[in-house]
Amino acid sequence: MRFLTSSRRHKAARPILVALALVLIGGLYAAVSPATNSSADDTTTTAQIAQGRQLFAVSCASCHGLNGEGLAAEGAPSLVGVGAAAVDFQVRSGRMPMANPLVQAPRKENTFTDEERAALAAFVASLGGGPSIPTEDQYTPEGLSEEAIAKGGDLFRTNCSACHNFQGSGGALPNGKVAPPLIGLEAIDIYEAMRTGPGQMPIFNGAAIPDTDVQAMVGYLDELHAQPSAGLTLGGLGPVSEGLWAWIAGMGSLVLFAMWITSKAARK
Amino acid sequence: MARPAQVSPEVPAAQALSAPAAAPAAGVGGWFDDRAPVSGFAKKALRKAFPDHWSFLLGEVALYSFIILLLTGVFLTVWFKPSMAEVEYAGTYQLLHGVPMSEAFASTLAISFDIRGGLLVRQIHHWAAMLFVASMTVHMLRVFFTGAFRKPREVNWLIGVGLLSMGLVEGFAGYSLPDDLLSGTGLRFVDGLVRSIPIIGTWAEFFIFNGEFPGDLVIPRLYMVHILLVPGLLLGLISAHMALLVYHKHTHFPGPGRKDTNVVGGPLFPVYVAKAGGFFFIVFGVTILMGALMQINPVWLFGPYNPAQVTAGSQPDWYMGFVEGAIRIIPNWETHLLGTTWSWNIFLPGVGLMGLLFTGLGLYPFIEQWITGDTAEHHVLDRPRNVPTRTALGVAGMTCYAMFWLSGGNDILATQFGVSLNDVTQVMRVAVFVAPVIAFIVTKRLCLSLQRKDRERVLHGSESGILVRTPDGGYTEAHVPLEQEEAFILTQHHQPAALEPSVGTDARGVRRRGKRVGGLRVRLSQWYADGAIAKPTAADIADAGHHGEAADAVETTPPAGELSGAASSGKGEGH
Repeated sequence: MRFLTSSRRHKAARPILVALALVLIGGLYAAVSPATNSSADDTTTTAQIAQGRQLFAVSCASCHGLNGEGLAAEGAPSLVGVGAAAVDFQVRSGRMPMANPLVQAPRKENTFTDEERAALAAFVASLGGGPSIPTEDQYTPEGLSEEAIAKGGDLFRTNCSACHNFQGSGGALPNGKVAPPLIGLEAIDIYEAMRTGPGQMPIFNGAAIPDTDVQAMVGYLDELHAQPSAGLTLGGLGPVSEGLWAWIAGMGSLVLFAMWITSKAARK
Repeated sequence: MARPAQVSPEVPAAQALSAPAAAPAAGVGGWFDDRAPVSGFAKKALRKAFPDHWSFLLGEVALYSFIILLLTGVFLTVWFKPSMAEVEYAGTYQLLHGVPMSEAFASTLAISFDIRGGLLVRQIHHWAAMLFVASMTVHMLRVFFTGAFRKPREVNWLIGVGLLSMGLVEGFAGYSLPDDLLSGTGLRFVDGLVRSIPIIGTWAEFFIFNGEFPGDLVIPRLYMVHILLVPGLLLGLISAHMALLVYHKHTHFPGPGRKDTNVVGGPLFPVYVAKAGGFFFIVFGVTILMGALMQINPVWLFGPYNPAQVTAGSQPDWYMGFVEGAIRIIPNWETHLLGTTWSWNIFLPGVGLMGLLFTGLGLYPFIEQWITGDTAEHHVLDRPRNVPTRTALGVAGMTCYAMFWLSGGNDILATQFGVSLNDVTQVMRVAVFVAPVIAFIVTKRLCLSLQRKDRERVLHGSESGILVRTPDGGYTEAHVPLEQEEAFILTQHHQPAALEPSVGTDARGVRRRGKRVGGLRVRLSQWYADGAIAKPTAADIADAGHHGEAADAVETTPPAGELSGAASSGKGEGH
């Protein structure tokens, strides 16, 4: 302690202390901070990433660039930081790779194997972070209570129905884009779409809507689509299709009946 | 089987009444006749003539839908709770368990899931409501295009316009009652309309909703409007409408023996009673089938109303679709003046368009009368082609309405046909103005062409399909003279000339009495009468014989035969 008390007024004391503090803080930061870039590398093999890079160069790079940097002129966004979940969603639903530069990527058949899709996802994840592919316990609605599912319905009406319609029949968005129908989807599709925000869709991250809420919403949609309807649903589009049918089926048949009745003359 | 047995005693009873004999008449009719002169009235009423045409049954569809609405509505009233008090749902439909909602919505769910037959009755009620307004609309179009609104029926036309507007109010109030997400959004829409009224908008909103939207009173108030106020008005107006119909007697389509001074048709009893009574059951049956087979307004899918929520596909029922469409396509016009906001973007399409539609409909008979100067009574209907300007105006109006209607579903059009929502909106902004003009021109041309066709048929008869080769090698098609009835129908109509401008003074320079016909009226009258194809005169028809059949017949004097006979009798009847 004599050394410290005697040398604290030494000329070099201040610079040395500053240097020590910087080393300490830097060391702490390195130890505590989230390891963004390295997590994917740690869990996936280098070989998978290499395979993904090759697939990417063949199927994706013409628009997104060899390193996923994106091409603004083609309307292709940068894929740095979109995460493995985004790739998993886009490729599984056949939206990517796009066949034509349309306003919005349509669903189509996915021609990649699961292994290739995983490799692509691993490669894109290696470009920089983002949400990873969820595990089943994150999205499955198994074992939810009735009340939880009803709450999922409320959350669905608050967050989703404005674009996707009250029963997930889909709806229109500006400039030729659409909110696609949510009928016949897997739970993982909905989970990944919410977390990655494809196209026009906003990102609903875990801080805003925790996994349990996503599960409840998925559970609500599954139950809703399993319910029997009260007759032909007429497209599930609301009053527009009801009006159309009232005129065509209702007025149409009544006019035909009126013609039939008046064509039968009792006496001339 | 019971019906004829009950009614037939009334006819002899009528004779008993005419003789003031002491002996009371026998039978049910007699019992009534001792207390009120029923049978005389019944005899007259039952023999009332009703012309037969399918389009005359459209108004009946409206009447029958209204009866179905009353019947099903009574059932729903038994179970519905018009209250906005908040409850937690604990009924059968598990997907809403524990969700807070109004008692109105909870009771609608109860009707749908817990009351026996409730869902079916709800769906019948809703489909019948759609058909009620639809059939009123088609009935109105029939009356418009055949000119049945002309003197002496202008007042009945006005009552009809009142019925249609009341029908919209009634339908909208009913649509709002379940307090589901869709109807709440619709109510919010109306809230906006009310608020857009300049100066008094906010005050009117607070008056209607008893404070800020949504408040807790609007459902009970709409319930009163829906089950008491408007149905009462509708009943009264329907009674007046039908009383005038009986008083004026029904119009009839042109035909031999049908005049502006008579009415030709089957007797009310038994023919028309059977037809109309049977038709009621057909309408009821169709409505029940629709209610049983086609889902309508599935409120459980929409969920309870929550001002924080909205759903894609939020549209009103079809009859409010034109207002919705106008609001969807109007540019965002707004003026700020001395601290007040004038929301033209809502006021013009909402309040303005509805006002324009109903004012225009109400005034049309009087405007047409002013333009044509036609103050005669009409009981023979117009064939639409013979009044081309009116027909074209009607089709233009329908087209304009249809464009607004389509705009109301612009999002559905965009998704179903894979086009851009913005493109649909832009196209519709132009189409609401351009499409009616095109429709007017096309319709008028079509009417005039049909008039030409009629003239051609009268002059040359109908094509027989038999080609005749003359000895010198020419070919002609033999024409068959028209039936007398058809020739009459094709030539019976009036072709009034356009009004002439009245001269202010007569030949001696004295001011003329009476109303002057001004320049605007003359111009409108000329526009209205423009282009009519002159119907053939007797001379034309006699002349037509010269070249009608074969070229070699020209030299001989053609016997006018049946053809000119028919047409001249037609002319005689027509004038």
